[in-house]
This record gives sequence, structure tokens and C-alpha cells, in this order.
Amino acid sequence: MYKHILLAADGSENAVRAAKEAIKIASCSSDSLVEIVYVANIDKAKSEVLHTRSNEALNLERRKKIQNIEQLLRDASISYNVRILHGAPGPEIVKYANEQVVDLVIIGSRGLNGLQEMVLGSVSHKVMKRVNCPALIVK
Amino acid sequence: MQSIKQQWFGNVRGDILSGIVVALALIPEAIAFSIIAGVDPMVGLYASFCIAVIIAFVGGRPGMISAATGAMALLMVPLVKDHGLDYLLAATILTGIIQILFGVFKVAKVMKFIPNAVMIGFVNSLAILIFLAQVPHFIGISTMTYVFVAVTLLLVYTLPRFIKVLPAPLIAIVGLTAVALFSGVELKTIGDLGNITQTLPSFLIPNVPFTFETLQIILPYSIALAIVGLLESLLTSQIVDDMTATESDKNKEARGQGIANFINGFFGGMAGCAMIGQSVINVKSGGRGRLSTLVAGLFLIFLIIVLGDLVVKIPMPVLVGIMIMVSIGTFDWNSFKYLIKAPRTDAFVMLATVIIVVYTHDLSKGVIAGVILSAIFFVVKISTLKITKQDYRYIVDGQLFFASTDAFIDYFKKEEMQEKNIQIDFSNSRIWDDSGVGALLKVKGMLSENGIKVEVVGLDASSQKVITQLDGMTSSH
Repeated sequence: MYKHILLAADGSENAVRAAKEAIKIASCSSDSLVEIVYVANIDKAKSEVLHTRSNEALNLERRKKIQNIEQLLRDASISYNVRILHGAPGPEIVKYANEQVVDLVIIGSRGLNGLQEMVLGSVSHKVMKRVNCPALIVK
Repeated sequence: MQSIKQQWFGNVRGDILSGIVVALALIPEAIAFSIIAGVDPMVGLYASFCIAVIIAFVGGRPGMISAATGAMALLMVPLVKDHGLDYLLAATILTGIIQILFGVFKVAKVMKFIPNAVMIGFVNSLAILIFLAQVPHFIGISTMTYVFVAVTLLLVYTLPRFIKVLPAPLIAIVGLTAVALFSGVELKTIGDLGNITQTLPSFLIPNVPFTFETLQIILPYSIALAIVGLLESLLTSQIVDDMTATESDKNKEARGQGIANFINGFFGGMAGCAMIGQSVINVKSGGRGRLSTLVAGLFLIFLIIVLGDLVVKIPMPVLVGIMIMVSIGTFDWNSFKYLIKAPRTDAFVMLATVIIVVYTHDLSKGVIAGVILSAIFFVVKISTLKITKQDYRYIVDGQLFFASTDAFIDYFKKEEMQEKNIQIDFSNSRIWDDSGVGALLKVKGMLSENGIKVEVVGLDASSQKVITQLDGMTSSH
């Protein structure tokens, strides 16, 4: 089935729900690999650097945002790895998914960004439109 | 770190494109910062060209953009006003020498000691000062001035939603300059404030007397410029490091900034440093390597030579609008949350830094005051000592050193003890210096005079050794 599953994560509730679906799908076959992708938004780099002591601390903070998802996958004994990308969240996920030729992209319907994305997150929307493989958007 | 070849030619297409975008975005800023400093636009444009081109070769952070900046321009204002351009150029050369020394003596490391609160205060006060510098150019001039500023702001914030290829400020400049020219409205233009010469910069030696007196005039400015330039450059390089997930050589960058300013001064440019905003634009536009910085500098001077007589026709209100956008982008909008959530002392340091800078118009004074304040707060914080009593045991929490010995001794002076045998527990504490050791011995002596036996437990090995040795000495006579 789906061997290489890209799970987009941003530390939001929706991402956790997406992770649960990823686990269901990955459990179907023993050789599925889930790749947790977190995109550090370039637009926030200035503020993030200003508010943390060092770049090492900043990377640790990002890692902490996906900690709960890692835990879920570990508990379900799914093999996974973590990748932190830097750029604009939507395009970066699309670029990475297409380059790596993943079999499936799973993403929450909307992330942490507020009002403007009440209906469907712009990131989810972009990913859905431009990714070259099936995509699962989790409500 | 990447090889030199990789740093130059690892991303040719992306670097050339982003370099062009940056050059377009740099021109209005270079001109505006010249106006802030009180010099001809050419001084900022030559600086941006020279610094970008030189730093492409000698900088420590590929993909970072350095040019004439607001932080530096703001520092120069009194020097230019009182002594003129030649003293500024001399100060720029001296700034370069100081920064080269910073690099050689690896001062970049010291920057690690500057707390976040001070850095946040730094960018915020910079944003406020850039905004304030725009005020005289648009308040109370004419209704049309307000209209053009407003339209410029509207364009730069809405256009990026629809047009992503060209930078919005460029479209605003071209469009509104055309509108102003064809409609014939009365607006101040860049040409009213200075000249654009369509030539390459040439070598010159600043026309100042080479005396001790000159040095006395320029040295304070050069020191401030060197510190502020390095601070912004290292902050920017940290941001670029993070955006590109790569590392960079901070000491090489400090030295590179020095070399760039040193040469820049001889070619009629004002001192500059790395630019946060432009570097972000560069990385976002796909720039990663040294080539992007080189292209930015070369394309900038090319545009000025070719289009210089059009540049002077840009209305001031349009430039003001763009600089208001720059100041909004420079401000750290998370600061309000920070003021509420951060430890009180940090919030205070941040505010103090901003207030001192805005009051003195000198970024270096705010930074230095901020660093001193936070150092004091730090000592106060770690010198608070808590002692709790459990039966016959006194548990010490905190660090025992010169700043906290008084609190330690006072506690035992005031404490009325019933027990004849007590224990002082240092498991959650550490003795850092001779003052700490001395204080402990003093307390022991004081208590034993009252017939109380003291046992000290939980000491780390080195303090234990000193205490046993000295204790033996005192009781032997």
C-alpha cells in the first residue's frame, strides 16, 4: 500500500488528528514509513531568532512542537522519521513531497493561523492543489 | 560549512534573480538612509554598492545582504551636521579598522552575552527611529503628500497578494512617480534633497586634517558604529543561518564587515552593515550564495548609472511610504506579548533599551545600558539565597558568592537556635568563591562561640576540600 507517507505537522490540534489517521493507514502494511515534516516559516525567522537564546534552542523548540505526534507514532510502533524544512509552509511541503515522490500526503485541514483561514487552511489548500500524489486532508 | 566553489556557484540562477530583486529593493532604502544621515543620496548608494560587492568576497555568511543601513545612518547624524561629509568618511574608515580588530580578537563570541531583551529593544527602537525620521517629510506639508503616502502604503501591503514576481515597493515607485509626473502635482522629490551622479565611485582620501583632534572627533562615532554594525550583522547572520538551515563563520563576518567599511570609506560611502529586511528578501527570493550579494551590489550601481535622472524624480512621499513599511517590518510585533509574558526584569530591560535609544537617538547607548542593566539584574537574581529549616537541618537554596554572603551571614545571626547540633545542607547550593568560603567559616565560628556544633553536608568536592583545610587551620590555634 502506501509505503512513504508524508505527514505535515505544525503543532496544532488538526495535525494531531491527521497523525491519528496516518497511523491507521500506516498500520495496514508493515513496511510503511511515515515522514513527519515540519516547516519553519521563513517569515517568522526574525521574530523566532529574537525570542530564543540560540539557534540550537530554536531547533529544540520546533522539535518540541511535534513531540506529541512522535509519541503517538512510537506508541503505535510505526516506523517514522522527522524532517524540519525552512521556507513558506505550503510550497515547501509541495516541493518536498514531489521531490521525494511520496505515496501519500496527510495534512490537517487548518493549522495554527487564525481568522483568515477559517474554512480551509491556505497551506492545506495549496498542498491539495499542487501535490502530485493522493492527499488526505483531515478535519 | 560549504566549499568556496559551492558558496559562489552552488545556486547561480537563484542567486542572480534574487540579487536583482534585492538591488531594486535596496535603492529606495539607500537613498532614504542617506537623507536620514543628512548626506547626498550618492553616499548611501555608493556605500551599498561597495559594501555589497566587498562583503560578497570577504563576508562570513553567504546569502546575507550588507549595505547602507538605518541603524548606522541614525548614529551619524550629529557628526555630519557638525563636521560634514569628510569626517563621516574618515569615521567610516576608522569603523572598518575597529571591526577588523573585533574580528581578529574574536569579539563575535561576546555577542552571545547580549540578552534577547536588549536585541528586541534594539530592533524596536530602530523601527521607531526610522519612523520618526520620516515624520518631517510628510506631516504638515500638503494634502497631496498625505495622499501619496497613504496610496504608497496601500499598494505595498495589498499588491503582494496579487503580484509575486516584482517587489511591491518597486511597482509603487514606478507607478506613483509616473502619476506624479503626468498629473503635475506639486510634490517634493528626491532631487530636491540631493543629487544623483551617474558615475562609478572613485578612490579618494577624506579631506580632514590628520591630527589628534580629528581622531578625538571621529573615534566616539566610530566605536558606536562598529558596535551597532556588528550587532545588527551578527543578528542578521543568525537569522540567515536559521532560514537556510546552514552555519556561518561569525568572526569572519566581523572581519569582513570591517574590510568592507574600511574600503567603502575611501570610495565615498557611509558606514553600513548587514540588513535584516533585505537579507530576508534575498533568501525568500531564492538567494543562497555569495553571488546573490555581488549581483545585488553590481545591479544597483548599474541601475543608478542608467536610470539616475529618473530616480531624482521619485516623489518624497512615495519614499516615505516605503520607509514606513520598512519600519513596520523592522518592529518586533511579538514584543507586546513579550512585555506581558517575559520575566519582569527582561521586560524592563527591553523597555529601558527602547526608551534610552529613542531619547538619545543613539542605538549604541541603549544597547550598552541594556546590557549593564541585565547584568545587574542577573547578579541580583542569582544572589538571592533561600534558607529553609527542617528540624536541626538548614537547607541552603541558591548560589553562595560575594553578592550573597551578606544574606547568608545575616540569616544565621538572626536565627535563634534551640539545638546544640545543627547541619547546614549545601546539596542545592554551590560555593563559588573565597567570599563564600569565608562566609561559611564565619557562620561556623559564630555558632560555635554560642556552643552550637555545625556539620556541613552536601558540599561539592572542591569547596569541601577548602573548607576542611581552612577549618583545620582555624581550630588548630
